[in-house]
Amino acid sequence: MVNVRKMTDTEYLYGHKACPGCGLGTIGRLTLKILGKRTIVTLPASCMSTVTTQYPQMNYTVPSLTMAFAGTGAVLTGMSAGLKAQGITDVHVLGFAGDGGTADIGLQALSGAVERGDDFIYICYDNEAYMNTGVQRSSLTPIGANTTNSPSGTASYGEKKPKKNLFEIMIAHRIPYAATASSAYPYDFMNKIEKLKGIKGPRFVHIMCPCPTGWGFASDLTVAMGKLAVETGLWYLAEYENGKVKMNQTPKTLKPVEEYLKGQRRFRHLTEENIKEIRENRNREWEEIKQKWLT
Amino acid sequence: MIEKENGSQRDFLNGDEAVAYGAKLCRPHVIPVYPITPQTIVVERISEFIANGHMGGEYIHVESEHSAMCAAMGAALVGARAFTATSSQGLAYMHEMLHYVSGSRFPIVMMNANRTLAAPWNIFGDQRDSLAQRDTGWIQVYVENAQEALDMIIQAYAIAENDAVYTPVMVNLDGYVNTHTYELVTIPAQSEVDEFLPPFKSKNAIDFEAPRSFCISASTEWNMEFRYQQHEAMNRAVAVIAEVDRKFGEKFGRSYGGLLEEYRGEDAEAVLVGMGSVTGTARIVVDRLRDRGLKVGLVKLRFYRPFPAEYFKALGRRVKAIGIIDRDLSFGYEGAVASDIKAALLGSGAGPKVINYIAGIAGRDITKENLEEMYRKLFNRVQGREEPELQFVGMRW
Amino acid sequence: MAKPQIVKFHFPQCLEDMPLGPSAEAGILTEPNAGWRVQRPVIDHGKCTKCLMCWVLCPEGVIDKEPEELAIDLNYCKGCGLCAHECPKKAITMIREGEFDD
Repeated sequence: MVNVRKMTDTEYLYGHKACPGCGLGTIGRLTLKILGKRTIVTLPASCMSTVTTQYPQMNYTVPSLTMAFAGTGAVLTGMSAGLKAQGITDVHVLGFAGDGGTADIGLQALSGAVERGDDFIYICYDNEAYMNTGVQRSSLTPIGANTTNSPSGTASYGEKKPKKNLFEIMIAHRIPYAATASSAYPYDFMNKIEKLKGIKGPRFVHIMCPCPTGWGFASDLTVAMGKLAVETGLWYLAEYENGKVKMNQTPKTLKPVEEYLKGQRRFRHLTEENIKEIRENRNREWEEIKQKWLT
Repeated sequence: MIEKENGSQRDFLNGDEAVAYGAKLCRPHVIPVYPITPQTIVVERISEFIANGHMGGEYIHVESEHSAMCAAMGAALVGARAFTATSSQGLAYMHEMLHYVSGSRFPIVMMNANRTLAAPWNIFGDQRDSLAQRDTGWIQVYVENAQEALDMIIQAYAIAENDAVYTPVMVNLDGYVNTHTYELVTIPAQSEVDEFLPPFKSKNAIDFEAPRSFCISASTEWNMEFRYQQHEAMNRAVAVIAEVDRKFGEKFGRSYGGLLEEYRGEDAEAVLVGMGSVTGTARIVVDRLRDRGLKVGLVKLRFYRPFPAEYFKALGRRVKAIGIIDRDLSFGYEGAVASDIKAALLGSGAGPKVINYIAGIAGRDITKENLEEMYRKLFNRVQGREEPELQFVGMRW
Repeated sequence: MAKPQIVKFHFPQCLEDMPLGPSAEAGILTEPNAGWRVQRPVIDHGKCTKCLMCWVLCPEGVIDKEPEELAIDLNYCKGCGLCAHECPKKAITMIREGEFDD
C-alpha cells in the first residue's frame, strides 16, 4: 500500500500544457513518482505527447520518446530488448497511450507486444475520444456520446457502439497483470502501479481519464465525474493477476445512469429512449460481470 | 564450407544467406524482423544462428513490418545496434517509420529485397518498392551480387554510425536474382569484422544522467533547420562512403568504388546506367560489344541516395549517349532514376542523347540481347535517327 | 531539486549548435502557465489537516508538501479548482484573480 507522506516530492512531469483539470497530469505524475527516475517513457501522438514536448519546453524530467501513433507497443518491445541485450537492468520501460493509440490504431502493436511477453508497462489513459485532434470518436467512446465525427443530429444520437472491452482483450492474452483504474480513484491507481512495478513481463492498466474539455464539464469536477462513472456502473475497477479477476469496488446498488449523463455536455442531447438503451446495456454488462467474476 | 587461415570462410551462399552472415558478423543487439518473400531466408538463417548459439542479440518476432521499424527505433533509442530486413509490401507498410527513423537520426541498417508492389500481386523482383522510398531520408545502396551484399551490410553500419552521418542505411538486393541465386562468397572472420566495426557507442541515445526528450515536436520556427541538418548529414555521407569503402578494401581485399563504379567508361561514347544485379549482366555485354569495336561502357550506380549529381554532370560532357535502365516507373512520367540523372545533366552544359529504358518489371528478365539492343538504340540516337526517349523493354507487343 | 524551475533558454545560433536530431534536454521550463487561470486556490491552514488529497490529485503537481504549511507554486497553477472541490475539510477556496491586492 502506498504511503503518500513518504512519497517523493520530486515532480517528474511538471509545467505541461494540458487543459486545466485534466486527469492525465495526475496519472503521469503519480506513475512516475512510484516508478522513479530510471524510467523511459514513450508517448504516441496523443494529448500526452503534445502537451509535454513543445520545444524547447520539455515537461518530463525522465527520458522520453514521442512516437508514431500506431507503434507504442512495438517501441516498448524494442526498448525492452535493447536494454536486455546490453545487460542493462533496473529500468522501467513505460508507454502512455490514449484510447485511440491503444484500442484502435495501436491495438495490433499492443497485442503483438503482450503476446511476445516483453518486459514493459503500458498505461492506456482513456478520455473516450481522439481528444488531441478535436474530440473525434474512438472505439472506446461510450454509447450516446456526441463527438465531432459522430455528432448528434436529427438523424443520429451520437456514438452508437459500446466501449471495446480492452481489459478482457488483455485477459485473453493471458497477460501477467492487467487492471482498470480511474484518475478519480488515485489511491487505487497508485497501489496498482506499486504492485505491478515488481512483476515481470507485460503489464497493462486501462485508466479512465475524464476530460473537462471534450466531455463538457467544469474543470473542478474531474474527480466527481470519474466517481460517478464507477458508481453508476459505467466503469469498473478491477485487476487480473495469476489467471483471476478481482473487482476492487463492487457498488451494492448502481446509481441511475442519468446522474452521470446529465452532468456532461456530450450527453445533453440524449432522449429517454437513448438513456434507456444505455441503462440496459449497463445492466447487461453487469449481469455478465457478476456471472464471470463475482460468483 | 572452406575454412581459410585468417579465420574467414568460403561457402556457396545465396544473397539472403550472405546478408544473414553479414548481419551476424555485425553483432546487432536487436533484430526485429517480419518475414516476407523473398527476404524470408534472411530471417530464417538469423534465427537459426541464434537458436544454435552462434549469434547473440534479441530476436523479436514482431507482428508487422511497421512494428519492426518501431521496435528497431526503440532499440536504437536505448543505444542498441538494430538490424532488420523486409521487402515490397512490408517496406511500404513501414513507410511512415522510415521517415521517423531518418528524421530522428538513428543509424539503423535494413536489408531490402527488391520486389514489386501490388496490385497486381507479384513476388518477383523490380525496384519499385525502394525507389518509392527515395525521399524518406535513408541512404540507399544497390548491390550486384551476394558477396557485395554481405560486405555492404558491414559497410552500412560503418557509414550509418559514423559521427558525421547518423543516418539509416538501406541495402537493396534484387528479389530472387540476388536473394535466391547461389554464389561463392567469402565470409570474413569475426575478429576481423570486430576490428573494422567497433561496438556501437551511440551519441543519440537515452542517458539517465542527462535525460532528454526525443522526437519532439519542432514547430514551424524550427522544423526547417532540422531538415537542413538532415540534408547536410546525407551530403557528408558522400565522403564517408568513399572512406569506408577504401578502408574495407584495405582490410578485406574487396572494394566497390564508393557511390558508383564505372566499367570501361574511359573513352566510351555510349553508356548504360543500372542499379543492382543487371550490372552483372551488363558487364558481359560491354565486353562483347567492345570486342566488336563499339565504344561502350557501364555505370553501376551503387548509391541512389546520396545521389552523385556532380559525377553525372561531368559524365554528360564526356559521352554522347546515356541509357538509363529503370526497374521502376513513375506512372504518368518516366523512371525515377532517369529523372534524377536528367536533372543532374541539366547542369552539364552538354547535351548527350538520353534514353530511359523501363525494364525488368516484376521479375521479367533483362537479357543480354535486351542490353545489346539498348546500346544499339543509343547509337541510333547518336547518329541522328529517331528513337523514343522512353522505351519499354521486353514487352509482349 | 523537487520541481524544475523556469530557465532562460538559449536557442541554437547556428547549425553546429543544434542537437543531433530532434531531441531536447528534458525537464526544461521556459514560461509559466499562470496566465491560464482566472481563479487561484487559497488554503486555510487552520482547517488543513495535511491529508495530502490535494497533493495527490493536482494535475499540475504545484502543491508542495515539504514545508510545515502546504505551499502552491503559482507559476504553474492553472486554477482548475480540483483541489478546492475535493478537499475533505473544505480548507481551500478558489478566489477570482483580480480580487487580490497584488
